[in-house]
Amino acid sequence: MALTSLLSASDLDRRTAVELLDLAEEMATVAGREVKKLPALRGRTVVNLFFEDSTRTRISFEAAAKRLSADVINFAAKGSSVSKGESLQDTAQTLAAMGVDGVVVRHPGSGAPHRLAQAGWLEAPIINAGDGTHEHPTQALLDAFTLRRVLHGEPASGAAGTGADGKDLAGATVMIVGDVLHSRVARSNVRTLHTLGASVVLVAPATLLPWGVESWPCQVRYDLDEAIAEFAPDAVMMLRIQLERMHQAFFPNAREYTRLWGLSAARLHALPADAWVMHPGPMNRGVEISAAAADSPRALVLDQVANGVAVRMATLYHLLTGEDSH
Amino acid sequence: MRIRIAGARVLGGQAQDIEIADGRLAEPGSAGRPDLTVDADGLIALPGLVDMHVHLREPGREDAETVETGSRAAARGGFTAVLAMANTQPTADTAGVVEQVWRLGRESGWTQVQPIGAVTAGLEGTRLAELGAMARSAAGVRIFSDDGHCVSDPLLMRRALEYVKGFDGMIAQHAQEPRLTEGAQMNEGVVSAELGLPGWPAAAEEAIIARDVLLAQHVGARLHICHVSTAGSVEIIRWAKSRGARITAEVTPHHLILTDDLVRSYDPVYKVNPPLRTAEDAAALRQAVLDGTIDVIATDHAPHPAEHKCCEWTAAAMGMVGMETALAVVRLAMREEEGFGWDQVARLMSRNPARIAGLPGQGHGFEPGAHANIVLVDPGAPHTIDPADSASLGRNNPFAGTEVDTAVHSTFLYGHPVVLDGELQAPHPASKEDTWPL
Ligand SMILES: [Zn+2]
Repeated sequence: MALTSLLSASDLDRRTAVELLDLAEEMATVAGREVKKLPALRGRTVVNLFFEDSTRTRISFEAAAKRLSADVINFAAKGSSVSKGESLQDTAQTLAAMGVDGVVVRHPGSGAPHRLAQAGWLEAPIINAGDGTHEHPTQALLDAFTLRRVLHGEPASGAAGTGADGKDLAGATVMIVGDVLHSRVARSNVRTLHTLGASVVLVAPATLLPWGVESWPCQVRYDLDEAIAEFAPDAVMMLRIQLERMHQAFFPNAREYTRLWGLSAARLHALPADAWVMHPGPMNRGVEISAAAADSPRALVLDQVANGVAVRMATLYHLLTGEDSH
Repeated sequence: MRIRIAGARVLGGQAQDIEIADGRLAEPGSAGRPDLTVDADGLIALPGLVDMHVHLREPGREDAETVETGSRAAARGGFTAVLAMANTQPTADTAGVVEQVWRLGRESGWTQVQPIGAVTAGLEGTRLAELGAMARSAAGVRIFSDDGHCVSDPLLMRRALEYVKGFDGMIAQHAQEPRLTEGAQMNEGVVSAELGLPGWPAAAEEAIIARDVLLAQHVGARLHICHVSTAGSVEIIRWAKSRGARITAEVTPHHLILTDDLVRSYDPVYKVNPPLRTAEDAAALRQAVLDGTIDVIATDHAPHPAEHKCCEWTAAAMGMVGMETALAVVRLAMREEEGFGWDQVARLMSRNPARIAGLPGQGHGFEPGAHANIVLVDPGAPHTIDPADSASLGRNNPFAGTEVDTAVHSTFLYGHPVVLDGELQAPHPASKEDTWPL
């Protein structure tokens, strides 16, 4: 599948997803070199168009683009485009006039990257770096990359340079716990993990699951302890909970949330001994994840951050050159 | 002015001649030599259409629409009367503002503009607007609505329903429970779950309708439900009517045919309130149109300047234009439904809204002496909807590119041809005068 933009995890079929993960393995070897740079995107310009602050994601994309020798422009626009008097259309057409080669978009409104890609305002590939409560597809890819490495070894691609397909996540069970309703990470992960053959279990209070979640390719449980016992997951992914949600009656208070859906030390022990602990960050220690879990040798949180650069290099490379690998 | 309309199929029946003299229908042959003869071979004659729900934006948002441009759009759509919603700036919540809109309508003269007054001051939902003053004004307001907002306070709604009984008024409710729809962007369903857009649950409409039909029956008041959008709402209205409540209900053309699947494009042209619902909802609405549960098809014509739609979904304004394409879209939406003929079009788009709104010169039959508000429709005029071909200032038409086969040929407003052969002619010459029949 030739990708023109990466807007949603559903843009990726199994083959393309595996190819991107394999390409990311190649990119990861760059990080181990003395000169951490490839000339692949020399002379190309990538814009980080951020309508919402996210230093972590912006830095990850910026590092990825720079390691591919691209020029990077950071374009921060605050608030809704209408209120500041410049429409999304004007912004897009400005970027088109500048001749940019790729646009990484972060936006507080669901669907803004789709609109940029589909309204005909600019031709450049668009990468969704998180839109509202919709999707964050590169986060799902880096989570899949991280899981694939711990489940299948490092590198988890086919023998490097042979072009052989790497493995997918068939047979793995991944539990995603917490505020699925407001989580773009969860939406992208359910889709990507399913595409790669993993079984997905969502665990959350019903208030934090979207209406219609039963149409998603996953199972849904409300009780975390029962779900851990039932599914013996290979990995649990804890979602960040925003404590303001309790003021909107999604749950009574932080203490009850932590007691019922937090990854406590006891629940860490209840997990299979070889289960991995993931979190897209930033973590609320003591709320959705205990220090014991966050700091345990099973935690992959820092691997996720490190792998983000390689996965974003692969995505930029694939979209801007139209190639799967060198 | 004497006009002969030659060979029109009245309500889709046998071809016959229609004669107009001095603004009223005349006995065929009695009018003498006509000033204008319109060849209506193959055309359908209907009573002029009445749109119970339009947003003309004036005063306040003349960049979106004016009474003049909206009236022209109405004439082109075959509407000889429109009811203008109160959510202008300033709000139409005093005699002064409703008289201003009414006067602007008379000065335009392309259609009959009947203002709707606000239920609550400033549409704020906290205290009643000057309902009696608006009723007694030159505009003679009979319908009150906070449309755009729901009269959500149950006690205030009860009082409003009761208060307007004194002058045969009626409340038209925009049924949307506000707490259940905070931040809502689209229908709550499997599509919103996937798209990550905050959902607008059907129950938020149905809960208000259920409450209000009970209140209306309790106090013996008339209640009109604006833009019904869900299958559950239809069930509640059907039940309320079976109990004898004085309820009427309207549906928009777009809710009869468009569904929330379209939101997958994130194209704000599909952003509207109430939101596009599911295919099952649309099917239930079409059935309710056929069986009489829904009384009126009204457009909720809501023009917006381009900058409010050329942006991301979440920042975009809600609303669609509709007057100029309503008839074609209704025919398209109902094409598979047996029993939906021209008489049904006349019932839902002219007779019922004219009766509910209390417009005696509108929604009439074709007997001599009736006011000559007539639209001639060409049922065999295949064309593609082009939002640029519009007298409305709004281009936010979700039917852009849709193939339809029905076109408005001519519109006669109190005996005067405001549209002939699809083209605007001239406004009614006497609309500014006291002798105009309104
Ligand atoms: Zn409304």
